[in-house]
Amino acid sequence: MAAQTLYDKIWAMHEVRRDDDGTRLLYIDRHLVHEVTSPQAFEGLKIANRPIWRKKSILAVPDHNVPTIGLEKGITDPVSRLQVETLNQNCDKYQLVEFKMGDIRQGIVHIIGPEQGATLPGMTVVCGDSHTTTHGAFAALAFGIGTSEVEHVLATQCLILNKSKNMRVTVDGAVAEGITAKDIVLRIIGEIGTAGGTGHTIEFVGEAISNLSMEGRMTLCNMTIEAGARAGLVGCDQTTIDYLKGRPFAPTGENWDKAVAYWQTLHSDADAIFDREVHIDAASIEPQVTWGTSPEMVISINENVPDPASETDRVKSGGMQNALDYMGLAANTPCKEVFLDKIFIGSCTNSRIEDLRAAAAVVKGRKVADTIKLAMVVPGSGLVKQQAETEGLDKIFIEAGFEWREPGCSMCLAMNDDRLEPGERCASTSNRNFEGRQGKGGRSHLVSPAMAAAAAIYGHFVDVRILDRNN
Amino acid sequence: MEKFKKFSGIVAAIDRPNVDTDAIIPKQYLKSIKRSGFGVNLFDDWRYLDPGAPGESNAERRINPDFVLNKTPYDHAQILLGRENFACGSSREHAVWALMDFGFKVVIAPSFADIFYNNSFKNGLLPIALSPTLVDQLFAELEQQQDYRLDVDLENQLVTNAVGFEMPFEIEDFRKYCLLNGFDDIELTMQHADHIKAFEAQYYKKFPWL
Ligand code: SF4
Repeated sequence: MAAQTLYDKIWAMHEVRRDDDGTRLLYIDRHLVHEVTSPQAFEGLKIANRPIWRKKSILAVPDHNVPTIGLEKGITDPVSRLQVETLNQNCDKYQLVEFKMGDIRQGIVHIIGPEQGATLPGMTVVCGDSHTTTHGAFAALAFGIGTSEVEHVLATQCLILNKSKNMRVTVDGAVAEGITAKDIVLRIIGEIGTAGGTGHTIEFVGEAISNLSMEGRMTLCNMTIEAGARAGLVGCDQTTIDYLKGRPFAPTGENWDKAVAYWQTLHSDADAIFDREVHIDAASIEPQVTWGTSPEMVISINENVPDPASETDRVKSGGMQNALDYMGLAANTPCKEVFLDKIFIGSCTNSRIEDLRAAAAVVKGRKVADTIKLAMVVPGSGLVKQQAETEGLDKIFIEAGFEWREPGCSMCLAMNDDRLEPGERCASTSNRNFEGRQGKGGRSHLVSPAMAAAAAIYGHFVDVRILDRNN
Repeated sequence: MEKFKKFSGIVAAIDRPNVDTDAIIPKQYLKSIKRSGFGVNLFDDWRYLDPGAPGESNAERRINPDFVLNKTPYDHAQILLGRENFACGSSREHAVWALMDFGFKVVIAPSFADIFYNNSFKNGLLPIALSPTLVDQLFAELEQQQDYRLDVDLENQLVTNAVGFEMPFEIEDFRKYCLLNGFDDIELTMQHADHIKAFEAQYYKKFPWL
């Protein structure tokens, strides 16, 4: 048999049929569901009077609309409340597993799937959410789908798809001390652009990737969508297997052994051919900060905001100028002289326990700058929050002047009450710096948790590596 | 889904790359549990000068007079011309629903984000990828002529303008077939239900832990 990529292998295991015209039916193992993109799909099922094909494949959770403060009052916004109640009703009606508000396991869908062991190597994982790419960290083929496709999977357990191309990004060598998965992925996006992965599934390899923890790999794969790729993948290794052992949805006993034997085959063959290859030198990666309104608009902490005048392509230069205008930044401003109003540590990119530990290590014994109006930490799930509290991280944050919130998507997209006001500038550990993403007129700079924490202390961006970290 | 028929429509242009789905329909409108009614909030942040909220009337809001969709004849445009990586970002199908609810039937750009591209076909919106050079040319022609129209013929995979300039485009056979016939994917897949069951039988034997 010809050498296969990891993507080819997983695909082959799930292909139900292939038609002459090249369209294929792909079987789906895990379907994650949240409140925003599912109501119209359930409604469609009801209208057509179709049953759900495989209820067991579904794990549902409300996350986008849930408040991160004053939970005892419930959701006060009636529109948000209706959306969450609709999810509850649909899950009750069809008897689906749902972690409702108030359940310690509730949290951001892409945090809780892996946390529960509901994402396993070799699976196909879908969700009506573009950041489903997160689950690729487990050598699972995971990607976001639209609401019509959500309905399609509910009804048939399959999707009609075309195969994407194979791309490999190799991060050669080890990263320097203090460089995180967030910096790696932002650097990759800066290099290949937000459309750089369009039509491809990207597999990440290299020493810097193997060295990442599962949580780091999730951060990396999470933002693969920001590079335009359908999905991101990291091959299965001992790190993956160790992480999964003992999780509630993971196999046990004899099945565990069988599963592990199979999982160990989940990496690309040595001589597999990729349609596109990109190499990045790990040692050259510095802490990254986005300056514009697209994740590809990114610089290192020691650089200056770029100048549109130096860009020869007219469309690109115009795009840069638009971004600078929106961001209220002058060309050539040193990154370290960008002052912030708010700090957000959270989102499915960076709200796991290791992220909170990294931020707390910077914050410990220090105070948030007076000029910062709000600094908040939003854990990714109830279990992450509990773990952090066991370790005393909540106290470190609160003593420094951070707000310690309940789990949810929060200010990543500001569908609940957490948002930026027009003109406010935020250091955010989330994944999108689009116009208005964190609130109309709000200005977002994407960074790692440690960089966000350092910015909170100084009031402006600093190279976190110059600080003593208390870990 | 309605069948996609040949038509001639006014073209409106948004001249910037990486237009994301947050821009097409801001998050507050995703709270709706319906598929309709998103058109009035299409490009909401660019279209209105003050913020809006779901369920509130837009009548009181100040219109941004400079935004293309607020000007005639573009307020009844059916074809949207965009740049690279159109509709990147969030998977929200609401972006497609909003474009269609406004009246768009076709989006032309040099490239589209994958999820949006898929979502479009499920709803009868036709995304057409043309070369950057052709897209440049369309932008130039549009600048010359206010009520610039294009004819879109899916059957023959052609975009034509008034002076007879023809631009062929690519589309996968299956997608074309579904659009032309207004077919629902789920119905088509259900025809293979036995096939799926047979697949499952061998699949779960092999992977008993799933
Ligand atoms: S945290 Fe942000 S990116 Fe992640 S699922 Fe929630 S809204 Fe989407």
